[in-house]
Amino acid sequence: MLSFFSKPRIRGGVHAEEHKAATAALPIASNFPLPEKLYIPLQQHVGKPAEPVIKVGEKVLKGQLLAYSQGMISAPVHAPSSGVILDVNDYPAPHPSALPIRMIVLETDGKDERIAAQIAADPFQLTPEEISLRVGAAGIVGLGGATFPTAVKLNMGRENHIDTLIINGAECEPYLSCDDRLMQERAAQIIDGVRLMLHGMTNSPGANLHLPEGGRAGQPGMTNSPGANLHLPEWGRAGQPGMKTTNAVIAIEDNKLQAFLAMQAAAKPYPLINVIQIPTRYPMGWDRQLIRYVTGREVPVGCRSSEIGVTIHNVGTAYAVHKAIRDGQPLLGRVITVAGGAVKRPMNIEVPFGTLISELFSFCEVNPEKTARIIMGGPMMGDSLPHTGLPTVKATSGILALTQSELKNTAEQPCIRCASCVSVCPAGLRPLDMANNIRINQLDAAVDLGLKDCISCGCCSYICPSNIPLVQYFKYAAGEVMARQQAQHKSEQTKRLIEARNARMERIAQQQREEELARIAAKAERERLKAEQEALA
Amino acid sequence: MIAHIKPSSGAHVGANTSVSHIMWQVMLALMPATAFGILCFGWPALNLFIITVLSAVFFEAFCLRLAGRIAKPVIMDGSAVLTGWLLAMTLPPWAPWWLGVLGSGLAIILGKQVYGGLGQNLFNPAMLARVALLISFPVEMTTWANVSPLFFPHSPGLAESWRITFTGFENIDASTGATTLGFIKTEFSQNRLLPEILKDTSSFLNFIGWTRGSLGETSTLLLGLGGVWLIREGVIQWHIPVSLLLTVTVLAGFFHVMDSQHYVSPFLHLNSGAMMCVAFFIATDYVTSPNTPAGQLVFGAGCGLLIFVIRSWGAYPEGAGFAILLMNAATPLIDHYIRPRIYGRDRKGKPLEIPKS
Repeated sequence: MLSFFSKPRIRGGVHAEEHKAATAALPIASNFPLPEKLYIPLQQHVGKPAEPVIKVGEKVLKGQLLAYSQGMISAPVHAPSSGVILDVNDYPAPHPSALPIRMIVLETDGKDERIAAQIAADPFQLTPEEISLRVGAAGIVGLGGATFPTAVKLNMGRENHIDTLIINGAECEPYLSCDDRLMQERAAQIIDGVRLMLHGMTNSPGANLHLPEGGRAGQPGMTNSPGANLHLPEWGRAGQPGMKTTNAVIAIEDNKLQAFLAMQAAAKPYPLINVIQIPTRYPMGWDRQLIRYVTGREVPVGCRSSEIGVTIHNVGTAYAVHKAIRDGQPLLGRVITVAGGAVKRPMNIEVPFGTLISELFSFCEVNPEKTARIIMGGPMMGDSLPHTGLPTVKATSGILALTQSELKNTAEQPCIRCASCVSVCPAGLRPLDMANNIRINQLDAAVDLGLKDCISCGCCSYICPSNIPLVQYFKYAAGEVMARQQAQHKSEQTKRLIEARNARMERIAQQQREEELARIAAKAERERLKAEQEALA
Repeated sequence: MIAHIKPSSGAHVGANTSVSHIMWQVMLALMPATAFGILCFGWPALNLFIITVLSAVFFEAFCLRLAGRIAKPVIMDGSAVLTGWLLAMTLPPWAPWWLGVLGSGLAIILGKQVYGGLGQNLFNPAMLARVALLISFPVEMTTWANVSPLFFPHSPGLAESWRITFTGFENIDASTGATTLGFIKTEFSQNRLLPEILKDTSSFLNFIGWTRGSLGETSTLLLGLGGVWLIREGVIQWHIPVSLLLTVTVLAGFFHVMDSQHYVSPFLHLNSGAMMCVAFFIATDYVTSPNTPAGQLVFGAGCGLLIFVIRSWGAYPEGAGFAILLMNAATPLIDHYIRPRIYGRDRKGKPLEIPKS
């Protein structure tokens, strides 16, 4: 711990009331009855939606591919259980708008029959590329909420020289305890997943030899083109300790002592994996805050963390990697925290993707009268959902049913410029000035103040004594700025097309005029020649 | 299926604070010093205090009515009461009733509501009113009653206090005098030197507040305690008070060491006039002070510098009001130039460079 005193301090943040005790002490429930119908969205990740490969009426097995990933950044979707495909159509999305998106409806048959899986006897004999491929094929995405395809991140890890892999076990959002429970109960599997990730990011040992010790490749791609790896005979040994330079740091907030102890015990045999405690302060789990805290490095705006030699994954993702590689099981479900004042039996529960929230709520005995707001995710950054007829997806870390007394007061008062929002902003913005500009529709001024650097963490809204919905302002403004840019782009394109058309028309007219003139000239010439000939004759 | 129509963005939960809670906490912190002031200066001070606070609330309600808004919820946020309260603390304790009413009118109407109400004003309303009154009514604003505590035989009784507040008081010379700072200023003009001027001044009485001065500004001890409590409660930040007091201490200390005949000691500076009240309760006004810690340090230092300059070389014995107003005017500028660094960007707002190892 001593070594961390020299690190830069954490910036901003709030001490939110935790509300984790109700669920953090209970084991993960795995007795959730299999729903009769699962509504599986084709887009549960950042990037392009997956493309279905099944037909309506087709019988599928658990773990069977339902939709394949499209393009560079995408993730496939698998059947969480066995059954029959009922429909591929638009259904309401788990989003504040509940607008319809494309989903596969699976009617389960209750048999839960698994498809034959491909399991490697010793995954550390696999090439890192193969690990990435399998992780990608398993549909694994970042389970902390960002849902960025994990395989793409592993590939970026190989392409850049990564020296630190951070495993994010901060779980700084109030109410949520799914990662906490996962770390307490399945520490060994998570550590195994971390080792597999380290292996999946390993560069060719040959490439590393060219670098000074501890140095990083200045220009990615120069020293470590993937093809170079193939020449090396001792490929399989690349994963052995000593051959790679990447260390893993598992960062856990110090309010989760049990999880820390379990992870520390599980990580003991592996010197490259270091489990540390970090201060409890929201938003500690913001990847860039954690990177700065752990490594002392700051990710420049517009860069990915891999460009400064760091990559960060969630503990849930590490567990999913373990399941995919060791058991050959794709990502079919996850642990979800169901909590809030209106929940009679709050718990962490393992459910298949596509389970409707209404079924979760009836299992956990949620009182609909007391429920003032349904939130997917945590109470700081989560989205409020309009109803419970929506499925759980890969991003769903928790579903909260909050009572009116738990919610923030919405009676808005004038800003007294107390600057609490400035002091809690982890990104170093001045939310009050941004909001004032947005209120008078000066969106460009808000952008100049750093609107695009806002991470919507909600600290400013949380702390505001005047109950000003600051994040709402910023989300509105960001959407509006984008819409305006698109409109401007469109009008510029239209203008360009019109100008091009006018120029083309002008050119054609010019051409026609010239041709006409040439024709007249030719005719005159012909007539002159004819007249000359006649005159001669 | 539970249906909730209104979508809303995070944070869905919030800290347990409100504007009125902050205002009441500040008033709670002012309570000991105010109570001590009223104890020292008797019933007339209480009359003036009540009149000033009530008229501040009245003017607030009047302006809101003019604007066609419902007054009650705005009154309940406590800001008008606090403005009246702070203004009352800066007035001479036996000032006539109309001074309090006029001051409240200036503070609320010209200082706050013309800008658009709470959070919109450029200048601290209480200081604006104080300075306007000081310039317009120099005699009334510098007639300082002797310490004449409640229930003491020579102090004015309840009936006499009404006469003092509403019709003015007789034998002014017997019951009034000069404040320490004012006394020093006039004696300097008589070409006397500090050791001689200050031989009857007790710094201990100055410290606890048993001295002539504004209604609630005399007790360094109680104002300081209230201010420290506010910092502990997280209502105000330490930056402004510390930089203000430190600047005055360093400047006064330097000049006092250079020439102790003409420059009073830092201890006397801190113990006299409006210093403590301004440092903890006026300069820290959210609306009129900068938003960033660095900006607040600059602001506090600027206030301290101006207070010292006006006290030492200006025509007025006390310069706190002017100093605050001048620095209030500079606040937008400070906020424009001193901004927090955005994550991943340098101070100028350009993205950081990727470090080469």
